[in-house]
Amino acid sequence: MKILVAVKRVIDYNVQIRVKEDGTGVVTDNVKMSTNPPDDNAIEEAVKIKEAGKATEVVAVTVGEEKAQETVRKALAVGADRGIHVKVDGILEPLAVSKILQKIVDKEKPDLVFMGKQAIDDDCNQTGQMLSALLNWPQATFASKIDVKENKLEVTREIDEGLETIEINVPAIVTCDLRLNEPRYASLPNIMKAKKKPIEEIAASDLGVDVSPRLEQLKVEEPPKRKAGIKVANVAELVQKLKNEAKVI
Amino acid sequence: MAVLLIAEHNNKELRPFTLNAATAASQIDSDVHAVIIGQNSADAAKQLSELPVVKKVLSVEGAHYENFTAENFAPVIVKLAENYSHIVCSANTFGKNLMPRIAAHLDTSQVSDIIKVISPDTFLRPIYAGNAFATIKSNDAKKCVTIRPTSFDPCESTGGSAPIEKVDASEEFSNTKFIKREEIKSDRPELGTARIVVSGGRGMQSGDNFKLITEIADKLGAAIGASRAAVDAGYISNDHQVGQTGKVVVPDLYIAVGISGAIQHLAGMKESKVIVAINKDGEAPIFSVADYGLEADLFEALPQFMEELNKLNTIQK
Repeated sequence: MKILVAVKRVIDYNVQIRVKEDGTGVVTDNVKMSTNPPDDNAIEEAVKIKEAGKATEVVAVTVGEEKAQETVRKALAVGADRGIHVKVDGILEPLAVSKILQKIVDKEKPDLVFMGKQAIDDDCNQTGQMLSALLNWPQATFASKIDVKENKLEVTREIDEGLETIEINVPAIVTCDLRLNEPRYASLPNIMKAKKKPIEEIAASDLGVDVSPRLEQLKVEEPPKRKAGIKVANVAELVQKLKNEAKVI
Repeated sequence: MAVLLIAEHNNKELRPFTLNAATAASQIDSDVHAVIIGQNSADAAKQLSELPVVKKVLSVEGAHYENFTAENFAPVIVKLAENYSHIVCSANTFGKNLMPRIAAHLDTSQVSDIIKVISPDTFLRPIYAGNAFATIKSNDAKKCVTIRPTSFDPCESTGGSAPIEKVDASEEFSNTKFIKREEIKSDRPELGTARIVVSGGRGMQSGDNFKLITEIADKLGAAIGASRAAVDAGYISNDHQVGQTGKVVVPDLYIAVGISGAIQHLAGMKESKVIVAINKDGEAPIFSVADYGLEADLFEALPQFMEELNKLNTIQK
């Protein structure tokens, strides 16, 4: 079985983002970037499945500018076998990314495609579902547990009401939740080894996909700030404030 | 052209956020039709027809719709979409799972998780865990929009009498099979719609200690929330998680106990009307959004809190 894992480079989850003064976006210059956190879970799961002898190859793919390749390199350092970097400048909408990934799937013919359930920058939560629509494959979104069976997966999904279990036939798409596993850290020797693993570079323009934006981002602004609160001295004061000042209990 | 609202239900009754999504749909266009897809869902369809903002109900029945699988739902809605300018549903796990599948089939760039309808083609949505708001204009002919339920009031639920029209089912998608759903049943209010939420974090130290929170929640008629750290540690089940990738809550009162306040957690609760933080670390970021902060050991503060509540003559429910 072959697993393709899609990874995205985003502003690191620990960074407090700043909105640009001209309202065109957020500041990304000199800001720490990392792999989108649930994409790390997707890579980890694929590598674990391979280590369990149930997959033969793990291919990491990213779509983005020059530096996006760092995320593929990181995937290689934790166990992916080879990488693909689809080069494109500017911000792509999930629909465009899913069309590019569809082309990569056509070429690579994986049995499974894994990715994070949501990117923590645009918070869209669309790409996996869109790719699975374009391919007419089954989708298991928000996966917190994956059991690989013969030509199928049993996947536990985190839903608002609790947990749901579905069985999907291969080929299939799985979008991963943060609770799926604990991503490993890359060891120094593996980081060195990863430098020798191949990354194929493909220009998005060579794939024949229309990636032109359909949405216009008219403005990006800071959300309204909460006014500063107070510290209370003890529990009695807290309850009194909630009762008589805020009037919420 | 009218707006098509996708109803969320459990085959017996509508799920509450359908009413919030109906409000958002009616702000896009006053001509709102609603589709309900399920099995033996006639009662829920009738409920839908009674929402005054809904002008027509489309009912689709089939055994393969019983468990709301996106692969089965999407083709029905894609077919109906030719008559509509917008497809709308809630940005909860139901809508997040379903809508992109529809949008891709329609070759439309979806606008996710909107918090405001600015005009029929322009919407406000949070990005970066709510640390920025983006105004987005869609240039697609058909627009697929998911709405953040807590940002729209629920619509009136009675008084309407929209006609219910049957629509043919689509074929079953055979590569996805539903196995089971484990819903955690509770008599407490739902987290997403509760007036008061009491949440615990890593500081609770164990699942057993959550009983300190349960007690207070029961006294206040509150729902119970949790930070991702508490869910990851196994203190409490995933359906309680509040945050960027969990639930977004906007209660009148949010009490955060033993939660440090990572930006991912704040994303899920910082629009609450009144926020209380109880934490022994006075530097914890949760205090930056709290209206009332109490720097204290939660294992002393929570029993005292319960005592103080017991002293009150009345408690609002």
